[in-house]
Amino acid sequence: MTLALEIKGLQAWYGESHILHDMNLSVAQGEVVTLLGRNGAGRTTTLRAIMGLTGRRSGSIKINGIETIALPTHRIAHFGIGYCPEERAIFSSLSAEENLMLPPTLTAGGMSVDEIYQMFPNLEERRSSQGTRLSGGEQQMLAVARILRTGAKLLLLDEISEGLAPVIVQALSRMISTLKAKGYTIVMVEQNFRFAAPLADRFYVIEHGHVVAQFNANELSTKTDELNELLGV
Amino acid sequence: MEIFGIPLAAFLGQLLLGLVNGSFYAMLSLGLAVIFGLLNVINFAHGALYMMGAFLAWMGLQYFGISYWVMLLLAPLMIALFGMVIERSMLRWLYQLDHLYGLLLTFGITLIIEGVFRSFYGVSGQPFAVPPQLAGATDLGFMMLPIYRAWVVVASLVVCLATWFVIEKTRLGAYLRAGTENPRMVEAFGINVPLMVTLTYGFGVALAAFAGVLAAPVLQVSPLMGSNLIVTIFAVVVIGGMGSILGSIVTGLALGVIEGLTKVFYPELSSTVVFIIMAIVLLVRPAGLFGREK
Amino acid sequence: MSRKLGYTAVLLGLLIAPFALYPVLLMKILCFALFACAFNLLIGFTGLLSFGHAAFFGGAAYITGHALKMWGLPFELGILIGTLFAALVGWVIGGLAIRRQGIYFTMITLALAQMLFFVFLQAPFTGGEDGLQSIPRGYLLGVIDLRNDLTMYYVVLAIMVLSFALIVRVIHSPFGQVLKAVRENEPRATSLGYEVARYKLLAFVLSAALAGLAGSVKAVVLGFGTLTDVHWSMSGLVVLMTLVGGMGTLFGPVLGAIIIIALENKLGDVGAWLAQVTAVEWFNTLGESVTMITGLIFVICVLAFRRGIIGELAARIR
Repeated sequence: MTLALEIKGLQAWYGESHILHDMNLSVAQGEVVTLLGRNGAGRTTTLRAIMGLTGRRSGSIKINGIETIALPTHRIAHFGIGYCPEERAIFSSLSAEENLMLPPTLTAGGMSVDEIYQMFPNLEERRSSQGTRLSGGEQQMLAVARILRTGAKLLLLDEISEGLAPVIVQALSRMISTLKAKGYTIVMVEQNFRFAAPLADRFYVIEHGHVVAQFNANELSTKTDELNELLGV
Repeated sequence: MEIFGIPLAAFLGQLLLGLVNGSFYAMLSLGLAVIFGLLNVINFAHGALYMMGAFLAWMGLQYFGISYWVMLLLAPLMIALFGMVIERSMLRWLYQLDHLYGLLLTFGITLIIEGVFRSFYGVSGQPFAVPPQLAGATDLGFMMLPIYRAWVVVASLVVCLATWFVIEKTRLGAYLRAGTENPRMVEAFGINVPLMVTLTYGFGVALAAFAGVLAAPVLQVSPLMGSNLIVTIFAVVVIGGMGSILGSIVTGLALGVIEGLTKVFYPELSSTVVFIIMAIVLLVRPAGLFGREK
Repeated sequence: MSRKLGYTAVLLGLLIAPFALYPVLLMKILCFALFACAFNLLIGFTGLLSFGHAAFFGGAAYITGHALKMWGLPFELGILIGTLFAALVGWVIGGLAIRRQGIYFTMITLALAQMLFFVFLQAPFTGGEDGLQSIPRGYLLGVIDLRNDLTMYYVVLAIMVLSFALIVRVIHSPFGQVLKAVRENEPRATSLGYEVARYKLLAFVLSAALAGLAGSVKAVVLGFGTLTDVHWSMSGLVVLMTLVGGMGTLFGPVLGAIIIIALENKLGDVGAWLAQVTAVEWFNTLGESVTMITGLIFVICVLAFRRGIIGELAARIR
């Protein structure tokens, strides 16, 4: 079965800054993979590079077996990828509902608006409010909800638990479990190890723009020392 | 009957003319603001493209016998196409650079367009007859209402409000608003933002060309009609701020009316009153009446 | 050492130039060179694009012309009054424009200059469409007869050299360094404690004053002042000269002025030659198509040649 995502020898720049050096990772269909690492390691840049949002890129990024390294950003989304950026990127000139409806439907099988409002009743309540008037937690839910609507089955989630109240983080955790059960493929960047650990199948540790370690979920207990050293916690 | 010493009919006549000019100000500043919002470029060529719209209407009638009504649709389409070619071939290379290069490029394009038209038609105006269906005036009792001028105001308002509706209330407008705010994110959702940019430029200049066709029977069709107008449009845009569509429309109309009234009461000030207002607004409310500091 | 040599060579060249070339043309070039250098002070070194510099150039021309012709003032006083007028207008326009950043600043300078254009258009003393004619040259300091073109040339050259030296001095001074900081990163300059608005205004007034000086001298040299001098096309022309020569370089604007004026003068001949060579009749009208050619050069420069001639050369040498 083709890998959902296969990255080989990826290099990426922002202008003159060379951020990713020889990045290699792969994600199977239905897997949940977490990218760990210190700030500035290149985890967010990896997600952005997949979407074509960095400067120059070289190497290979295959999505469902198809090479996308040379494609412009707006074509990459059509491979069924949903990207939820670290800054959430809720549009202030749109209402909450307009934000939700903005991304075009990429393939069939996405959640319907009703299903989304069932999962996130707050969003229905606040749907006419200006996008940025929502609370941090609501904006995060909106950012995830809008890509669920599109039918994207490969989700790139960047720090979705950051800065949120524990009760909301739990709700997000449940949501990811549900999506995982439905067969979604998810790549998460997470600082919050306790959030990521129970959800992920595999972990990559990234440092200075390339992978320095990877391990499975069941190796976690044996690797805690190594992890602590790598993450400098 | 008199208002401040001016006969009512003459007063209302000037007011109407002010509304007519205000309609042009509104449409042109609207197009300029829409283009600036998404492209971050001040399209100096807006005046020249407005002039081209008027000239196309005139040439259509003069050389091909195409009626005003057809040109009202055809000229904006042709100018939209022309504008999209400009955007694709030249403007898009400058987006990564300082904003001033976009202004300088469109300034250069303005000179080229005007130079070409001047070399063929000189600087004097060509007359353009009011289309027969809109000729004449109706007697309202307190004034004679020239039908064509009423048509200009109504048509402009309809187009401006339609633009406002599309941008603020529709899905397509949501793409534009979101793209103005964060174009890379909109691209990440799968929307072809570069194409949207091109189409937006085309639409903005089509508005200018539409205004040009409307203007042809009122003003004289001359190669200089655009450059006379564009600097005033800049002042309108600074006064209104480019933050809101309705703001641009209201500011344009209001300034046209104020200019018209100034012509009645203080004619010597009429060519500078818009700039004086701009100076006052800059002192009191620098971001513009409806603007958000960008 | 080589720089001093270069300067001396140029100066020598300028001293003997009127024996090889038409002095009035040379003086015109010198005036526009100063105009462009003054403009460059703002765009090249402070990062502010003013699209209304014609107001200072042409405005000072009118004021000086009027002072010399109607009030009978001597040359040096007339020039001084013109320059002061330009400084004052610069203070007003600059003060208003600085309230907005970036492209808004540019639009405001254009709009306010246009307002001044209309004022001059309507004011009776300017002669409107006909222009202000027959401006007398008079005497410098009461003794030097400026009606002699050669004498006038050396006076103009002295003024230009001194002004250029002033500009160089300003650029290399601490004040000039702050301007460059403002151009590079305005927020950082503010955070360092500089009152950025005051520096911008000062630079603007200085630029306006020098542009006014250029305009005043030009009015006396050519003997007339016209609406063209205050029209926004003149503002555009000085932008073009600076762009072609090289924004932010010392000599770029000078070179740009030489090229553009030479082009304007020779365009008719170039057109005639092109018409001969290509048998396309329309080229004969090229002389009247200055606007179009100017626009074409603008477009080409902005797309492919942003650093200008001196800028490109400097980049190659490095």
